[in-house]
Amino acid sequence: MTHKELVVSALENGTVLDHIPAQYVYKALDLLGLKDIESQITIGINLASKIYGKKGIIKIADKFFEDEELNKLALIAPKATVNIIRDFKVVEKKMLETPEEVVGIARCKNPKCVTNHQPIKTKFATIQNGDEISLKCHYCEKISSIKHAL
Amino acid sequence: MAKSLISIRDFTKEEILHVLETAKEFEQNREQKFLEGKVIASLFFEPSTRTRLSFETAINRLGAKVIGFSDATNTSQSKGETLKDTIKMVDNYVDMIVMRHPLEGSSRYASEVATVPVVNAGDGANQHPSQTLLDLYSILQTQGTLEGLTINMVGDLKYGRTTHSLLQAMSHFNPKFIFTAPEELKMPKEYKGFLDRRGIEYIETTSLDEHLNNCDILYMTRVQQERFTDPMEYERVKDVYTLNASMLGNVKDNMKILHPLPRVTEIDQDVDETKYAYYFKQAENGLYVRMAIISYLLGYRPLK
Repeated sequence: MTHKELVVSALENGTVLDHIPAQYVYKALDLLGLKDIESQITIGINLASKIYGKKGIIKIADKFFEDEELNKLALIAPKATVNIIRDFKVVEKKMLETPEEVVGIARCKNPKCVTNHQPIKTKFATIQNGDEISLKCHYCEKISSIKHAL
Repeated sequence: MAKSLISIRDFTKEEILHVLETAKEFEQNREQKFLEGKVIASLFFEPSTRTRLSFETAINRLGAKVIGFSDATNTSQSKGETLKDTIKMVDNYVDMIVMRHPLEGSSRYASEVATVPVVNAGDGANQHPSQTLLDLYSILQTQGTLEGLTINMVGDLKYGRTTHSLLQAMSHFNPKFIFTAPEELKMPKEYKGFLDRRGIEYIETTSLDEHLNNCDILYMTRVQQERFTDPMEYERVKDVYTLNASMLGNVKDNMKILHPLPRVTEIDQDVDETKYAYYFKQAENGLYVRMAIISYLLGYRPLK
């Protein structure tokens, strides 16, 4: 029997999200809504990385994101890089920008916040403090850390 | 969306001063019925007799009618109606909504759902801006200015929302602060950071005596027993923060004592008779300030 090598194939067209902290890969899939799409997705976790020690990588075939969508990733992976691939070549590299506002995806950690009791879409302003990002609730005005809110 | 008052930060310095100026007008003449024909909703999803009576008196003195409820047990909220639906329904009937609700952020949300102005009369431990404005008015009336004053805040500075809002509002007027609190109830870092960023000076102490004699305003708050994990600690602290008349021998002549009320043990009854006591007058001021807030938001006392 011939020995078949499993190779993570290069993308023909699509998006590569690199330098995601290893522990946030699943969260990243969640934030970008990649759990319910048809495209072929290749995921690498705990790959060697100079920045983090261990990193994650997500390759999505035939998928191109709006900047606004991608910037959600900055909340958990501010140093992530985005490569746009067309015809096996990197045609564009993007850095992420932290969004000023986070709507709908986070949860307020304050148990007495109205958003935890009524059917209300959450809304936060992002507060950047060095590398740390925290979220200030538009409603109860309390500050939640990213870890608690996502 | 109409202009609402949810958080004291919704008002600029100019608007704050305008409302205080308007309150003076109502203190001189409280019989002004220019809101005749208007209807204002007073929605108290949790009871607060003091605040509700003050708002409803203000509405009545301006000639408007009040509809509403004083606690939510007999409303459709208890049948599971969403806050949005309750507000939408009331919004159809009235010219303004005054609301108090135990959930934090509920008034902000209501102001986004309603087409009429919403006045926050307290949303949980979050904001209570009419209290802040009446505190400012009391400071202005007793000191003749808001500029350059030394404010000594005493008691529960950790959970007390009135001290947090007052601190933010006073930051417009070059104040100095003294924070007198037990270790467990110290002013939170986020508010000290707020002052640091604005270059506003503050001193922290655990002793009430230490800075009693060099402040213009002594802002007392209630130390709540339920905040303490150790009952012994509470017993020790509660008496340390009892102010009595014998302690006032060397205070500044212009010094006034404020308290959002209700008080329990933190101000002895013998202080009431001194010229420094201002807390009952402070509560009365709430009426004029609330008349001013309502008149401003309904466009009857616009900014010049």
